[in-house]
Amino acid sequence: MRHQRDVGYSTLKGWGQMAGTLAEKVWESHIVRRADNEPDLLYIDLHLVHEVTSPQAFDGLRVAGRGVRRPDLTLATEDHNVPTLDIDQPIADLVSRTQIETLRSNCAEFGIRLYAMGDAEQGIVHVIGPQLGVTQPGMTIVCGDSHTSTHGAFGALAFGIGTSEVEHVLATQTLPVSRPKTMAVNISGELAMGVSAKDLVLALITQIGTGGGQGFVVEYRGAAIEALSMESRMTVCNMSIEAGARAGMIAPDETTFEFLKGRPQAPQGGAWEEAVAYWRGLRSEDDATFDAEVYLDASTVSPFVTWGTNPGQGSPLSGSVPSPDDFSDPGDRISAQKALAYMGLEPGTPLREVAVDTVFLGSCTNGRIEDLRVAAELLRGRKVASSVRMLVVPGSMRVKVAAEAEGLDQIFLDAGAEWRSAGCSMCLGMNPDQLAPGERCASTSNRNFEGRQGKGGRTHLVSPAVATATAVSGHLASPADLEG
Amino acid sequence: MDAFLVHRGIVAPLRRTNVDTDQIIPAVYLKRVTRSGFEDGLFATWRANEPDFVLNRPEYATSSVLVADNDFGTGSSREHAVWALRDYGFRVVVAPRFGDIFRNNALKSGLLVIERPIVDVEKLWEHAEVHPDQAVEIDLPRNEIRYGDAVMHFEVDPYARWRLLEGLDDIALSERHEDLIAEFERARPERLPSLS
Repeated sequence: MRHQRDVGYSTLKGWGQMAGTLAEKVWESHIVRRADNEPDLLYIDLHLVHEVTSPQAFDGLRVAGRGVRRPDLTLATEDHNVPTLDIDQPIADLVSRTQIETLRSNCAEFGIRLYAMGDAEQGIVHVIGPQLGVTQPGMTIVCGDSHTSTHGAFGALAFGIGTSEVEHVLATQTLPVSRPKTMAVNISGELAMGVSAKDLVLALITQIGTGGGQGFVVEYRGAAIEALSMESRMTVCNMSIEAGARAGMIAPDETTFEFLKGRPQAPQGGAWEEAVAYWRGLRSEDDATFDAEVYLDASTVSPFVTWGTNPGQGSPLSGSVPSPDDFSDPGDRISAQKALAYMGLEPGTPLREVAVDTVFLGSCTNGRIEDLRVAAELLRGRKVASSVRMLVVPGSMRVKVAAEAEGLDQIFLDAGAEWRSAGCSMCLGMNPDQLAPGERCASTSNRNFEGRQGKGGRTHLVSPAVATATAVSGHLASPADLEG
Repeated sequence: MDAFLVHRGIVAPLRRTNVDTDQIIPAVYLKRVTRSGFEDGLFATWRANEPDFVLNRPEYATSSVLVADNDFGTGSSREHAVWALRDYGFRVVVAPRFGDIFRNNALKSGLLVIERPIVDVEKLWEHAEVHPDQAVEIDLPRNEIRYGDAVMHFEVDPYARWRLLEGLDDIALSERHEDLIAEFERARPERLPSLS
């Protein structure tokens, strides 16, 4: 193989002049080596690890006699498999328990910090990073989980990787990555009352499709994005992968700095000032060009819900279940037909008439304190419909503690919802929190794939507000429907 | 990793779009800590519930080339999806478009993924449905798919192609640049978070 040009970091420090977009700036500042006709070798600032996608990577290290190069830039937590009830008891599912125990022994062997079940810092990997302040603007962050894109809300370049890549990063703290294309998603206007970041991103995915972002790093920008809280920005970036994008990013601003300041791993004192000065430069230049641009007016978005089996099959809640004949592309038509059969839905049915059995509030998409507050506010003085089971699963133990300090747990319990401990839970049903076959769920999670929440389970992706209104009504509903 | 040169095999026509990795292997099969034996999870739900599903049909029982519709391998980053395909016996997947992470994972495990426009995918489906017993040849050195009397050209990212042809270990390739990695580390600002 030819190596015509080897370029080290030191020669690239002038990237400020050459790079235009936010993504390019972060990319250029992490190139360890660039050579023609090869992927760039990128340095990784933070590697997040969990129990499902790491065991084979640690095994690979042992087989090859390799170590973990930078345990200090590696952080592990238990999230995918953990039960959300009786967490002081041994995990009943032996296979899950083995996977958790394997992570514990691997972390002990290689000197990696682990937030295990029962630890005050344990939680979903994409919730705890920002919460600890270990997720910061301008960093490169990877994890063996596609929703790593969540961290892009801070202006980090964060993306999901497979297990072979996990092993690669453990061994070298680098990753060979082909340079992605850049896409600007420009969102103007203002979200209406009761419309959230989740509705916005679901509407966007329906607009551009599950492959619309394929090969791109997306930068979300515009007035509607700037107005969002960090929690909401994380919801938007989290769902980037559902549009097929490698990563989603938002330029850091005062909202970002405000969120980070004083967090355990955030820079302190003089280092904080230095960091903020650097972070302020992390934005796309006015004359930067993107490989693609998409436009959306936030004021046109209303509460949104998916009706099908991929996140691009969605509609405003005010609409009806579509007919396969509405789709001109033959692939889309067949896909819609299969989705409706799986979902047990008749074309033309108003979405508001679709009754659900379960409501799931949680996940790395919508399991943060802001999400729980929205839901609790709507539930105050109301009851979950008798036909509905509502699970409330905080994204981390810190979120749980914060919610309890605010008395939100009592509101959920008084309304008849279940108050659980932290984990991925019913987002993917690797623990006992699963749908039964044919059960229908309004879920604040990220994927409505066939069987995702349990074999034969039917998922409608919604915002926390729609999930809660649905729990009260017993059928898909928006908060406004509760007022009548 | 095994090198990939020329592969001869039966095509399984999978006429579906958006085959996400949850369909390729449901999450309940991801609890193993080993790297093999994932074939039982491959398309587990479809194989169990659809008697007509392509892999349930005897004529495709020995297939090793999967040809699918748009957006194959989207969703979760689980490399288990690639392992399940490999463990079941697949060496090649052809589709108009793939999920990014799936494509990366595939290359690491010697599963060749080939992007072809839907018209070419249709031709391969038709071949597999009319002549299910006639193997096709995937020739990576010549960038050709040969079926019946026809030849279809394809392109694979040159770097990925080189690694597949050589069966190279990615980590060893990066380790060659230890000096550059160390140099980069010396230049990293101290304010960056550290968990030691």
